[in-house]
Amino acid sequence: MVRLAHIQPYVLPAPSIILQTFIADKALLTQSLLVTLITTLEGFLLAAIGGVGLAVLFNLSRLVEYSFYPFAVILQVTPIVAVAPLLLIYLPQPLAVLACAWIVAFFPVLANTTLGLNSIDRNLADLFALYGASRGQVLWNLKLPSALPYILGGLRIAGGLSLIGAVVAEIAAGSAGAGSGLAYRIVESGYRLNIPRMFAALELLSIAGIVIFYALAFVNHIALRRWHESALEAGS
Amino acid sequence: MPPANAPHTDPIVALRGVGKTFPSGTVALAGLDLDVREGEFLSLLGPSGCGKSTALRIIAGLTEPTQGVVDWTAEAKTKNENRLGFVFQEPTLMPWANVSNNVLLPLKLKGVAAEQASKRVAAALDRVGLQKFGTAYPRELSGGMRMRVSIARALVTEPELLLMDEPFAALDEITRFKLNNDLLQVWQALRTTVVFVTHSVFESVYLSSRIVVMAARPGRVFTELVIDAPYPRDQTFRTSADYAALCRRTSDALGQAMAAGDGQ
Repeated sequence: MVRLAHIQPYVLPAPSIILQTFIADKALLTQSLLVTLITTLEGFLLAAIGGVGLAVLFNLSRLVEYSFYPFAVILQVTPIVAVAPLLLIYLPQPLAVLACAWIVAFFPVLANTTLGLNSIDRNLADLFALYGASRGQVLWNLKLPSALPYILGGLRIAGGLSLIGAVVAEIAAGSAGAGSGLAYRIVESGYRLNIPRMFAALELLSIAGIVIFYALAFVNHIALRRWHESALEAGS
Repeated sequence: MPPANAPHTDPIVALRGVGKTFPSGTVALAGLDLDVREGEFLSLLGPSGCGKSTALRIIAGLTEPTQGVVDWTAEAKTKNENRLGFVFQEPTLMPWANVSNNVLLPLKLKGVAAEQASKRVAAALDRVGLQKFGTAYPRELSGGMRMRVSIARALVTEPELLLMDEPFAALDEITRFKLNNDLLQVWQALRTTVVFVTHSVFESVYLSSRIVVMAARPGRVFTELVIDAPYPRDQTFRTSADYAALCRRTSDALGQAMAAGDGQ
């Protein structure tokens, strides 16, 4: 189609050219992909642990909740695009990118986990009270399992967002002239007018996003398939 | 084991002058005096809003009374751990756990050793006829089966007192009749004490050795009936003249209780 319309390769490269670019630049692109993916993964894991951990702490202590929740909200509402350049000044570049990936992914996990921890069946809570369960027992045996569907929902959102956070930070870094991730390659290719490489990098990013999405959907399926309405097949 | 309706038996637990006013201002109970005698099958019968569920929850310790005391006998107080089982109107099972793990829960919370616990779980499931369903998930079971799991769970600690809050209300009649019979069998086998909340005259007469009829607004005891039909009871009892007469008497008492309640 590109050929049919005679679009120039520096505007919209034909898929054949992009494929050639993949092959020619594969070392560079693979290495950049890995950098971005590792950052995304680290950011996601930290957001997952931090989000769930903090939600549990909030659930156990009203005082902690009222003290720290405002900070969490501020973190969430401040646009990451605006924060990234600042972080790049304060922190070494890889750490700044990680911090951005974490910030955007953290709040959905916190919010969804909190919702889940507060959505337990009243009667089940009474049952645990009847048998004299300790707070730890209630948390481990009742609250966390009840919250699992919500936590997984939050994680699915966080997965995609970590990638976005990493990309935003890399692009901000790219404008400052440093970086090695895939998004940085996009910026760099833009400066050098290497449009096919730009597209190649962009497609890799999309694929990364899709893989993350499906990986998390798979985890969701495995964890919930025997019992939660959201994971069961229709008609079962 | 003293006979079920011997009036001189000491109560396991006694509610004395119990009152409950909710923060919203609703007076659920006032001046409730109730004895629960060892080994009996006691029904609390009354219309909606007469506080019978609240009374049950107060016995269970899930709600604190705003007035009055809940007096446990000295013996019951020392045998704290195995004292109570509670069956809610909904099966209240953990959907993420299979049947065995659901029934295991009370033992797990008490820290009973795994091997002993699994034996007791198997025995409890056996008692309610679900021995083949240990690995099934609640979602895969019918309403009646889920309720039986709930009962097995309540029984797994071999409680002295089994509290049941309209457990069969949400089930169809055939299942309800079957579970009535199953419950009576279990009660007789275990020699436990049961307090059963219901709004059904027929159910209360079929199951109980004693019925306490409650009036509403405020919730209080209106009258008491002794059901002296012998156990074991089955379908022949349900269709007998005695049963019909007892139901009529109970129905009349309930009617009077409802009239007394509305008058307040």
